[in-house]
Amino acid sequence: MNATQPSSSRPRLAVYKFSSCDGCQLQLLELEDELLALAGEIEIAYFLEARRQVLPGPYDIGLVEGSISTPAEEQLIRQARKDCKVLVAIGACATSGGIQALRNWADVAEFAACVYARPEYIATLDVASPVAGYVYVDFELRGCPVNKYQLVEVLTALLMGRRPQIPTYSLCLECKRAGIPCVMVNRKTPCLGPITQAGCGALCPQFHRGCYGCFGPMETPNISSLCTQFEEKFGMSRAEIVRRLRGFNGYLEPFKTASDNYEQSSRT
Amino acid sequence: MSKAAEPNQRVIEVHNLARVEGEGALYLRMQGRDVAEVKFSIFEPPRFFEAFLRGRDCREVPDITARICGICPVAYQMSSCHAMEMAFGIKIEKTIRDLRRLLYCGEWIESHVLHMFLLHLPDFLNYESAISMASEHRDLVAGALQLKKAGNEIVRILGGREVHPINACIGGFHRVPTRSELEPVAEMLAGCRDFLVQALRFLATLKYPDLEMNYDFIALRHPEEVALNEGYLTTSRGLEFSITQFSDQIEEIHQRHSNALHARLKNGAIYLVGPLARVNINWDLYPQPIKELAREIGFQIPCHNQFKSILARGFETLYALDHSLELISRYERPERPATPFQPRAGIGHGCTEAPRGILYHRYEIDSEGLVRSATIVPPTAQNQPQIEADLAAYAPKLLDMPEDEMTRQCEFLIRNYDPCISCSAHFLRLKIERD
Repeated sequence: MNATQPSSSRPRLAVYKFSSCDGCQLQLLELEDELLALAGEIEIAYFLEARRQVLPGPYDIGLVEGSISTPAEEQLIRQARKDCKVLVAIGACATSGGIQALRNWADVAEFAACVYARPEYIATLDVASPVAGYVYVDFELRGCPVNKYQLVEVLTALLMGRRPQIPTYSLCLECKRAGIPCVMVNRKTPCLGPITQAGCGALCPQFHRGCYGCFGPMETPNISSLCTQFEEKFGMSRAEIVRRLRGFNGYLEPFKTASDNYEQSSRT
Repeated sequence: MSKAAEPNQRVIEVHNLARVEGEGALYLRMQGRDVAEVKFSIFEPPRFFEAFLRGRDCREVPDITARICGICPVAYQMSSCHAMEMAFGIKIEKTIRDLRRLLYCGEWIESHVLHMFLLHLPDFLNYESAISMASEHRDLVAGALQLKKAGNEIVRILGGREVHPINACIGGFHRVPTRSELEPVAEMLAGCRDFLVQALRFLATLKYPDLEMNYDFIALRHPEEVALNEGYLTTSRGLEFSITQFSDQIEEIHQRHSNALHARLKNGAIYLVGPLARVNINWDLYPQPIKELAREIGFQIPCHNQFKSILARGFETLYALDHSLELISRYERPERPATPFQPRAGIGHGCTEAPRGILYHRYEIDSEGLVRSATIVPPTAQNQPQIEADLAAYAPKLLDMPEDEMTRQCEFLIRNYDPCISCSAHFLRLKIERD
């Protein structure tokens, strides 16, 4: 960047954190080879994990990590929406509610009493929700965590004014393309790959284990077909199927309804 | 931001601490030259991990607890794997043990370098961030990014990805690497060593605020090696206990003034965990070349100045780098990636040295291998009372400064701890105070 160029001419980026582990926004800092170049192209206006300086909104792009799980967060996400021209939800928490959405099937008061000595001090909502449950979201980038190169693709596309190229097909395509032998066939290992969106690079099968669904459901998953295989070929119980579906993206449809159905049928 | 509440009274408040992992705040009230009240608050939303872990399969626990922290997922995976292995009586093979040390070294390197150069150093050099710092110290920032990348590369090769790696499991790994997969990492690491040594020489020349505290350090200690995954808990005042006695020796107290649960030793003493505690407790086990470098640059043990934790992190990073090279050079691929096991009912404890200090897990497992109860005590929660004690000792020295500088100095002190707030919040019994 030209040093004399006024900073306001660069697009302004804001990075927000809600209920989460920090891992998705950390992916920006994991871009060791691209970080300094990125900071030259974009004005990092609000990113508390990385810098103390806070520039006032409005912002051109807002990246939102985390689910909405407290009354305060509900207010903050509405403000973030007002402050950002384009709002992108990044990661499983922001796009599905994340692992903490397991509370959505439980009694939150009981959860609070289990973990906290003084549960009355805890301000929390009954459900942990994706960002889109509260405000309009321009784009959702899946993953637990997001793939940092997909994150660069989203930022690049938004800067260029085009739609991000993020595939919504299943992990199996990615896996086959990488020439990895199918773990279901070769290792008799249950794998959520057939119903999970691609994006991680088929990591788990590369490491000889089954996918556990970090990127959430693919565009049109045939969940019952896969789960029938789990039951018939691997002798998996319905309770275990429910656990598998209720992972890091368990509250996202159609995983949610499928897990509810299996839970109901395991009781009858 | 600072404001006058009443005559003679000054209040320093920072609502959103920057360059820390997670959401935290600071509240400090001075009465004249005395500290009347100090609160380091964690307002990170509760996520209830210990509650929803109940009923999950033991094999899922390392992957789930990793999600407590995106910066130190390996620590969570290691503490939970060790706890399960204790519960099930699983013995780990030597090569697998070495690979776990290597994985942990990768996390120490990436986490420490991120904190030292991108989050902490800007305080010493008076920049608001490493992004601003890079304009005048580009080589330093670029070198640090390469070193961080090398640490991450260890995690990526052994774990599949840097954040929430997927390869660690109870008994070992899903897949173990070949020698040739590890060798390029050794090359990357070796290429960063000179930078790190030079950077340590430079860091030693920084101006360190004068704040000597009478810390009681706690760290894992192992008779033969710098402890990462295994050892007994040792305090600098001479107490030693097994990790299974964690909750016999350490209690959590509800403090009225802060409404936060504070970890303390049963004798009432607060304590410090993390890099400074570890180098103080385990320095005799450090290799000679590292001790010589420390002597050359004037870093002395015992060291009771937390501002120098940046040097402690640096020496730990150097240890992790050299140790990684050693582990890679002697690596022979084990025949099986993990010890097979059958879950059984039992209780297991795991305590490992996360980048920020001891991370304790305890699980009770039922006969079907499902979790009955889970307890997780992360390092930043343990350090919280010490952070407040440091602030109370430091603030009176700052009274003659302009108020925004005083605020900045208090934030600087909190960043000495590399506080990992996402980790801590899920179990802290704290009142969420909002303005």
